[in-house]
Parts: sequence; structure tokens; C-alpha cells
Amino acid sequence: MVRLQVFQGERVSSTAVRSAAIPVVAVLLALLVGAAMILALGANPLDGYRALFIGAFGSRSALADSAVRAMPLLLVAVGICVAFRAKVINIGGEGQIIAGAILSTVVALSVGDLPAVLLIPLVLIMGMVGGGIWGAIPGAMKAYLGVNEILSTIMLNIVAVQIMNYLLRDPLIDPKEIEQGTRIPQTERLPETADLPILLEGTRLHLGVVVAVVAAVAGWAFLWRTTIGFRVRAVGHSPHAARYAGMSVPRMTMLALSLSGALCGLAGAALVFGSQSHRLITDGSAAGFTGSAGFNGIVAALFGGLHPLWAIPSSFLFGGLLVGANAMQRAIQIPSALVVALNGLVVVFVIASNRIRDNLRKRVVDG
Amino acid sequence: MTTQPENGPEAETNSGSTSASGTSVANTSVSGALLEMRGITKRFPGVLANDSVSFDVQGGEVHTLLGENGAGKSTLMKILFGMYSADAGEVLLEGRPVDVSSPSAAIEAGIGMIHQHFMLVPTLTVTENVALGLPHGVRPDLDVVRSRVGELSEQYGLAVDPDVYVWQLAVGERQRVEILKALYREIRLLVLDEPTAVLTPQEVDDFFVTLRALADDGRGLIFISHKLHEVMALSDRITVLRDGRVVGSTTPGETDRQELAEMMVGRQVKLASVQRQPADSSGESNPADLDYDARPANDARLVVTALDVAGDRDGVPPAVRGLSLEVAPGEILGVAGVSGNGQRELAEAIAGLRRPLTGSITLDGFELVGASPQRIRRSGLSFVPEERMRDGAIGDFSVSENLMLVDHGEPAHAVRGWLKLGALNKRAVDLVDRYQIKTPDVSTPTSSLSGGNIQKMIMARELSSGPSVLLAAQPTRGVDVGAAEYIHERLLAQRDEGTAVIVISEDLDEVLALADRIMVMFEGRVVGTVHRDRCTVEQLGLMMAGG
Repeated sequence: MVRLQVFQGERVSSTAVRSAAIPVVAVLLALLVGAAMILALGANPLDGYRALFIGAFGSRSALADSAVRAMPLLLVAVGICVAFRAKVINIGGEGQIIAGAILSTVVALSVGDLPAVLLIPLVLIMGMVGGGIWGAIPGAMKAYLGVNEILSTIMLNIVAVQIMNYLLRDPLIDPKEIEQGTRIPQTERLPETADLPILLEGTRLHLGVVVAVVAAVAGWAFLWRTTIGFRVRAVGHSPHAARYAGMSVPRMTMLALSLSGALCGLAGAALVFGSQSHRLITDGSAAGFTGSAGFNGIVAALFGGLHPLWAIPSSFLFGGLLVGANAMQRAIQIPSALVVALNGLVVVFVIASNRIRDNLRKRVVDG
Repeated sequence: MTTQPENGPEAETNSGSTSASGTSVANTSVSGALLEMRGITKRFPGVLANDSVSFDVQGGEVHTLLGENGAGKSTLMKILFGMYSADAGEVLLEGRPVDVSSPSAAIEAGIGMIHQHFMLVPTLTVTENVALGLPHGVRPDLDVVRSRVGELSEQYGLAVDPDVYVWQLAVGERQRVEILKALYREIRLLVLDEPTAVLTPQEVDDFFVTLRALADDGRGLIFISHKLHEVMALSDRITVLRDGRVVGSTTPGETDRQELAEMMVGRQVKLASVQRQPADSSGESNPADLDYDARPANDARLVVTALDVAGDRDGVPPAVRGLSLEVAPGEILGVAGVSGNGQRELAEAIAGLRRPLTGSITLDGFELVGASPQRIRRSGLSFVPEERMRDGAIGDFSVSENLMLVDHGEPAHAVRGWLKLGALNKRAVDLVDRYQIKTPDVSTPTSSLSGGNIQKMIMARELSSGPSVLLAAQPTRGVDVGAAEYIHERLLAQRDEGTAVIVISEDLDEVLALADRIMVMFEGRVVGTVHRDRCTVEQLGLMMAGG
């Protein structure tokens, strides 16, 4: 399995300066390999990359779009960080996003028109509860039954997708879809008071982006400023020493995966109530409304050194790449899926270079 | 296994059929230095680990390398074994520069190393372990390996069955397999890194006979140990390292333990084990008079009754069987025994980390069996675990984080779940100061501290809560003399303050230096509990062997 490299928690300042070069180099290398791929497809990589960067960061609305696209990545990334600090690998972001989206949607539909000040916090919290439950299940399985969380979270992704498909085809489907016979699997328009407000006039930047940044800061504060966060990290670093110090390893494992799920679930709620259509929609595929944020968030977390605060710029970069990819596709007719390959390349280079640095450091410390 | 192997012609004929090693090894004893390390310098960022160290070993001699942790012994040996490359200096074997750029090159050159932690595959047999890594065709010819292993073990008194699986072997036997591995590879130079930690005093005697036989056949032996009396007993020469430099070389005839300790530390030391020599076997004490059921003078604080604790392996008898003990405030109960006789399981059961099968453990009448580790700690038990780096501290955590590992949730250190980092930091600085923990600052990662300082840090954490019972397992294993001395002082001071202290140790000197009463464990049972002042090392050694 991939050995995930961690930045030294609080000592960001000293390590980060030296470590900062690594992600930059990794991105450059990934772009270089990507350029070769674009060339192989018979297009000009410079034109493509120019279009990509202008599309991602070239204007106010482009920046806003990138931020909106980064929002779920960041929430998932922070969740990955929290889980990882307890040595739990959460691949279940997709399922937890869906679980959060479903629960918040159901609650919004059933409570109806509450004032926004009540309804928005309610749906966001319900998103966290839904995702939290979907994280607690593999958490409990790992903590008390020793079930590998990588397998169980992946499996639960599939379960969540199927539950959503069922709900949107029958119990939750917009009644109009049945009347008109179109049967598109989507809910009716959700209560307007639950819409996440737009923060910048003329852009799509909505409240969810702020929520995500606050969550990142909260994730950092939790891990490095609270007693429970301290225990989560202790368990992650050394379950043996944590046990000897009187901590409950299973409890912390379960807590970390539940919190991780809750952050992904929050992303789910923010995706639904910050969406253009203000409905929960599925296209039947695993990706659907999540845009694979449950997986891309892992990439963002890795790129951010599994540190919640570094996940902020990292998610923004990947959000930008996703937005810019569409612009690139328009400019040079290269499939935007190339960006997925770019993401993968960045991760490969980051992990490889972390490994190299790790080895260097080991030789130094061993003496 | 105690038979002294015959040297010379007979030994050579034994090995002659499979290899020509016998002759060549024997010859080296005649010509000059077998190994010479000249001006070895190794720099790590901020540390000069070896400062132009020169060191040589003659064929046929046991040369001890003595020094505190961090003195540069391991670095020097890692350079010799090809795990580090030296910044300056050269390594010569029989006067010729030799390439030791990797462990395999070192083995090729005839250098063998017995590590503290054995490098064996438990699920393979002895023969298969020896065969591992040997050059071979499609598959190794195990029959050849097996017969050669048999020869070697007979020749050097290294009794072990070549067909038995390594997991079935006792620790002492595993060590023999390691030595057989090295012998099979026809090493001329053998490095032994603290090899006696896992042996009883009697086993050590046999082991030294074997080592002597290996040397007598012309091999050079480098012996690394902290146990000064062993160093005195075994060595032909002793070289002391301190702060990366050679302090001096001497021979057992010219020096004594006190002087060696001072050379290591670089100042006067009070050697507890020298001060409190056990009663001499020729003295008054008569085994028949020995009280094998010595009781504490005061009312007991911690009482263990008829305790059975399971070990890690299924299908074997429990690791602890029908064990009872009592410890009173203001005394130290030493638990002696060869490693793997249930000490670890006993310690974990008392700390609440391993649930006993039956029996009871009470602290001031409060039943600890079934209570959570946290609850047990709150009722006044502190615990210094045996595996320091695994169980006692978190290497990636800073010193201050490790110091708050146990009590970070106390009201003085946290408000409504938020850590009071300022107060915690201040306390950490204070503890580092009070317990003489050598560290640049409290935010230094613990893994960069020396073993002795990590142990002091653990002691600081465990003692700062003012425990009523202190359980310390192997408190000074692998710790340098200076830190060990300090830790012993602390344990004695804690006893004098009225704490009931249990010290579990495989180091008999340590038990004798600290304990008021000594309990000996063998195969999970108590062989006997004796008063420290009324027993001899020989008696304890017999008890440790189950007698």
C-alpha cells in the first residue's frame, strides 16, 4: 500500500519551507508529462495550458468557479486529514457525501419552509450527521471487529450510490417527473430558504466555500488544540503508546472515521444546497452530483501534506484544474479527462518525492 | 553445550569437507591486526558521531567497545558493517583496504554482526534461516546446509536442532542460530551488540565459553556491552568511546569497573552495583536457611492473588500461572527472571492492558482486574513500560507532547476539552529541567533523543503524578551508565517517599542494586521471593533457571 507521508503537525513553519519545493516540483513534473500527452494527441500543450490557467484563475468569475469547485474537495480533504492522523485511510468520501446529501435533502423536504437562518444550519448539520453515520459504520467495524477500513469504505460507497438511485427513482422523485412521464431521477426543487446564499454578486461563490475554509481551520484546531484531537493523533502515531497512556484506541479510531465522514457529509449537503438546480440529482453513475469529490479530495489532502490548513491552497489548485480543464477542452479540443490524469501524476510525483525526502531524513536522524 | 571445543587440527578437519575456512581463519591469528579502522570520521548534521576514531582487532582476541549511548559505538559498527559510509578514514582487513559499502559487501569480506534484535524468520526452520541469503542456484541445497549447521553447532557448543522452527526456540537458542548464521558464512570478524541481555547468568557463562572458542580459532570478536562485570570477564582489550572519540584503551588486568564507568561518563560516578555487592557465595548465607517466601515488613498496598494471564500464543499454558505477590509502601520488589518467563504479561495485567484469566489484583483494596487502563492509572498506578519506544513514548511527538500523554485531560492542563498549551509547555520545561533530560528544547521530536533521555522523560511523566504504586519494567535496559545511575536514584527516592515500587528486570545487578525483596519468575510461576540481603547471585541464578 502507498505509504502516506505526513508533515510534522504544528511545526509547519520550519519543515514547510523546505517541503514547499516538493509540491511545486511535483506539479511541474506532472505538467511536463501532461504536455507530452497533449503533444501525442496532436495539440499544442502551451496553448492548452494557457487556456487551462486562464479558465481557472484568469478572472473574478473564474476564480469564484474554482473556489466553488474546490469547496467539496477541501471538506473531503480535511476529513481525510483527520482520519489519517488516527492512521485510518478513508476511501469512503463518495459514499459519505451521498449519505450527507440524502439526509439533508430528506430533512429539508420534510420540514419545508423554515426561515433561512434556521434551515441552512439545519441542513448542513444533517449533512454532517448523515456522513457521520456513514463513516461511523466502517469506523465501528474497524475498531471493534478489525475490518480493514479501506475495503469497507469502498464497499459502502457502492451501497450509498444504490440507496440514492433507489430513493430518487421512487420515494423521493419529483412528482412532476411522474406526471410528465419523463422520470428523470431527481427531487423536486428544494425549499428556497435552504439555498446557500451567493456571497459575491455576479459569481457563483456561495456560503459553502466559507463553511469549508472554517471547517479546515476547525480541523486544524481540533487536531492540535484539543484533548480529543491530541488523543486521535497519539493513537495514529502509536496505538501501543496510546494504550499504555490509558487512551481507548478503538474509541479514537471510530471517532476519527465518524468525524471524517461528517466532513464529507457536510460537503454533500453543501453540494446539493449550493447547486445551480437546487435539487438532488443522480445520473445513475457513481460520480453523479459529487463530481468524484470523494476521490479528488484525497488527492488534494495528499498534495497538502495531510495537513488541514495546507489542504486549503491545495484544494483550490485542484478545483482550478478541474474548472480550467473545460476551458482547455474548448481551446485545443483535448478531452478534459486529461486533467484526471494530471491529478494522478501530481499525486505520484508528490508521494515519490516525499519518499525520497523521507529517506534522506532517515539517514540524517539515525546517527 | 558447555564443552570447550578442541582447537586446532581437530576443528579444521571437522570443517574441512564443506569449506576451507578452518585453515584460513586459524592463520590470521599469526599475522598482525585482523581489522584496523583508521581515523574514522562520521558527521551527522549538528553531531560529530565519530571523530577520527582508530580501532583495531587482533585475530584471536575479544575486543570490547564500551561507551554510553550516543558515544558513537553504533555508528562505528554501522560503518564497519556497511550501513553508513564514513566521511573520512579507512577500514583494513589483514592490512588490506576493504570495501564495506553495504552489509552484503561486509559479509563478503568476512564480517558478521549479531544484532540486538535478531534477524530471523520465525516461520522457517533453523536450517532455512541459515540458508536465507546464501548464493544458490534454483533452490538452496538444504541437506548440505543442515549437515554443516550440525557440524558447527557441535564444534562450538551451540546446541540447537537444525530442523526446528525458529518460533519454537527460546531467546537464547535464537541467539545461537544468529551465531551459526555468521559462522556458516565463514566470518573472520564477529560483532556482538549487547548479546547477553537475553541470557541468565549461567547461560552467560556458557555463552562466554563459546565466544572464547570462536576467538581461539583465530577470529576477532568485537563485544559491545554495558555490563561492566561481563566486560571485565570476557575482554582481552577494552576501548572506551565518549562523544565520538576514543577515550582510551585498556585491559581487564589494568583497570576496574569503577574506572571504566568513569571513563565512559567522563566524571565521577556512584556505581550502585559496585556499592552494594551481593553476599559472597563463600559467606555466611546457606541456601538451606534462605526464606523463599519473604514478606514485606509493612501492610501491602498492591496485592496480586492467584493470577493467571494468557500469553500471545494459543495452545500453550498461560504465560503467568498462579502468581501471587505483595508490595508495601516504601519498598522495592525486584522481579528477576530470564526474559520471556511471564514478566511482560504480569506487568501488562497489572497495568490493565491484558485481561487476566483468573485471579485478582488490588490496590489499597480496590480491584484492578476489569478496570480500564485509565481507571487504573487514576487509582494511583504509574507504569514505565519495557518497550520504551513502542509503548512508553511516541517518537514523532515532541518532548512536551510525550510528557502530557497521560495527564493532558487533567483540569490543570485543559479547559472544556481545549489544551492549555502555555501551561503544558511551562510544565514540560520544568520537568525537562528537574529530571535532567538532555534535549535542545521541549518541541524537539522525541525520536532524536538518546535512549537514556527518553527513559528519563518517561520517568518524569510517570513520577510527576505522585503515584502510590510504581511499576517499572526494564527501567535501564539499553540506557547509558549516567542515565541508569540517575534513574536508579529516582527509583530509590520514590521508594523513600513511600511509593510501593516494583522493578522488573532481566539485569540481576540492577535488581540486586535496587530491590529490598527479590521475586524470581520462571515459566510464569514464582520460584521464590527472598530478602535482598540474605541471598547470593548463585542462588538467584539457580532460581532463574527454575530450581
